[in-house]
Amino acid sequence: MMRIEQAAVVSHEAVRGGYRVLTFAAPAIAREAAPGQFVHLSVAGLIEASLRRPFSVYAAEKERIAIMYKPVGAGTRAMTRLAPGETVSLMGPLGRGFPTEAAEGRHAALVAGGYGLAPLCFLARRLGRPGTVFVGAATAAVLPSVGELSALGWDTRTATEDGTAGESGLITEALDRWLAEAPEALVCYACGPNGLLRAVAERAARGGWPAWVSLERRMGCGAGACLACVQKVRTPEGTQWARVCRDGPVFNAAEIAWEESDCVAPTAENRTPARS
Amino acid sequence: MSAEPDLTVDLAGIRMKNPVMVASGTYGYGPEYADLLDLGRLGAFVVKGIRIEPWDGNPPPRLVEVPGGLVNAIGLQSPGADKFIADYLPFLRAYDVPVIVNIWGRTIDEYERVAERLSAAEGVAGLELNISCPNIKAGGSSFGTDPRAAAQVTAAVRRRTALPLIPKLPPNVPDIGGLARAVAEAGADAVSLINTIPAMVIDTAARRPVLANVAGGLSGPAVHAVAVKLVWEAARAVRVPVVGMGGIVGAREALEFIIAGASAVAVGTANFRDPLAPLAVADGIRDYLVEHNFKSVRELVGTLRLP
Ligand SMILES: Cc1cc2nc3c(=O)[nH]c(=O)nc-3n(C[C@H](O)[C@H](O)[C@H](O)COP(=O)(O)OP(=O)(O)OC[C@H]3O[C@@H](n4cnc5c(N)ncnc54)[C@H](O)[C@@H]3O)c2cc1C
Ligand SMILES: Cc1cc2nc3c(=O)[nH]c(=O)nc-3n(C[C@H](O)[C@H](O)[C@H](O)COP(=O)(O)O)c2cc1C
Ligand code: FES
Repeated sequence: MMRIEQAAVVSHEAVRGGYRVLTFAAPAIAREAAPGQFVHLSVAGLIEASLRRPFSVYAAEKERIAIMYKPVGAGTRAMTRLAPGETVSLMGPLGRGFPTEAAEGRHAALVAGGYGLAPLCFLARRLGRPGTVFVGAATAAVLPSVGELSALGWDTRTATEDGTAGESGLITEALDRWLAEAPEALVCYACGPNGLLRAVAERAARGGWPAWVSLERRMGCGAGACLACVQKVRTPEGTQWARVCRDGPVFNAAEIAWEESDCVAPTAENRTPARS
Repeated sequence: MSAEPDLTVDLAGIRMKNPVMVASGTYGYGPEYADLLDLGRLGAFVVKGIRIEPWDGNPPPRLVEVPGGLVNAIGLQSPGADKFIADYLPFLRAYDVPVIVNIWGRTIDEYERVAERLSAAEGVAGLELNISCPNIKAGGSSFGTDPRAAAQVTAAVRRRTALPLIPKLPPNVPDIGGLARAVAEAGADAVSLINTIPAMVIDTAARRPVLANVAGGLSGPAVHAVAVKLVWEAARAVRVPVVGMGGIVGAREALEFIIAGASAVAVGTANFRDPLAPLAVADGIRDYLVEHNFKSVRELVGTLRLP
């Protein structure tokens, strides 16, 4: 059940790759959040912002919930100033997460681009049985840490496009090398840029294994009310709009009408001008 | 200690517990926010625009935030009247809240059909007529920006429904009073305003429009002062009740509309940041009435003191 909680910041720390982990006390949301779900955060102090900001749940334990984010625009930059004790309004848990039961009897492969690792870390902790995780980034400086997953026994594979950390090249190339010898009973969970998700979907279709992808779209309400965040999906009645915030953000990769999935994240010049 | 002020409003026969409704397109079809509040606490529930047949709307991106508001080009995506009646109306009927359905069409015939269909359904308290849509028979110019076309569509729908009929006026017209009069004379029971203001946002790095539809409509705090002037002019021009909206965040903005002449108000964009905003606005109106010794919100309507 979706709720709104005034969540107090418990801790806020910079982690590897330019990311930050923000932990809140939000008992009701923490109790119900499942991997792949997200929270909609109202940035205190960003008065002119009419919209909340969506973030995947990175961790939910006991009374606490954490997100892992990267400052990119006015909202996320304002968030960097949040200190322990301050409160923000959190709405969540929102959307439909990754089906953990899809990993029963299958080897789980997690594929992350950038902060796409956040929901996949949460998923890995809930899956219990370790599998293989792929994390890609442009360069070592923006590669998030996979230390926690290695400690949990996951086989971690990283790749950077410039070869400054892990394998050199795209993460899909590392994935392809691994797929050549991968176990047959496989399930893939992915979160990252659209191109990466689409590449995973193509491989899943070719290999005949299930893949679940978490989409990212510009959102308004986050609750299914405004119809801003839509994506075409295939249904028995033809292709139809699904709301990424409520019907997703996690979808079966085979259901997405990928040819209608172009989405443009704001370019650096066009983020909301910082004012506060 | 003063008595509890009376917040009830009778809007052309629609009995509202308080003057604050939710604006069409910002609260969905009912289930979306039902986890967060009892929908029966809203003055009225205005449904997202419904067309007779399903409509796909625009490709994404459909919405972009700008300072003080947002620009949207959802494109009136609609499940169609039958699906709305079958899948959503029973849910809304279970709440003690008047359900006003916002309707639209591309031709007068489409307006007539959707009005007729919804009038035959159980649990619809009124129809809000979105006339800010392209009239495909008139080369795509909007029904709402031409008083004659607006009157024509209002009169046509009037013949098909006995429900309270509330044409929703666009802001981008030279004479809002004339437009309000035209639809009132054509049989409107009330008017609501404002719809969004035509707007666009350009991605300078890509030199492309941000919205896939190129342009959209501006809403939120940025439009409020514009809306107050238009509501004031419309309320002076007609005797039917006026519903004021545009940029309400808290009670103060709502009170401006009421003082300018609105009998009821609607909260739109503010719901995205705070879905409980309509309740807070109603509470704030109540507090104002107590503080200023009004026995009912009706007493406050149109009490603007001019210099
Ligand atoms: C389901 C979902 C999960 C997400 N999870 C994470 C996460 O775990 N960690 C993380 O760092 N980021 C995540 N994001 C992206 C995050 O929401 C954006 O980085 C953030 O909204 C940027 O806000 P801003 O004010 O700093 O940027 P601005 O560019 O100034 O924001 C302007 C508007 O664009 C929207 N916007 C900007 N970038 C994006 C984007 N990439 N996706 C969707 N909307 C955007 C903003 O919400 C805002 O409405 C997620 C997005 C979605 C949809
Ligand atoms: C995302 C969105 C969708 C909307 N959809 C509709 C609609 O379907 N029909 C309609 O008449 N108005 C629609 N509107 C306009 C609002 O009902 C309202 O008139 C306008 O947003 C001004 O109020 P606000 O500033 O409080 O949002 C929509 C507005 C938004 C932001
Ligand atoms: S963000 Fe409003 S419907 Fe998805």
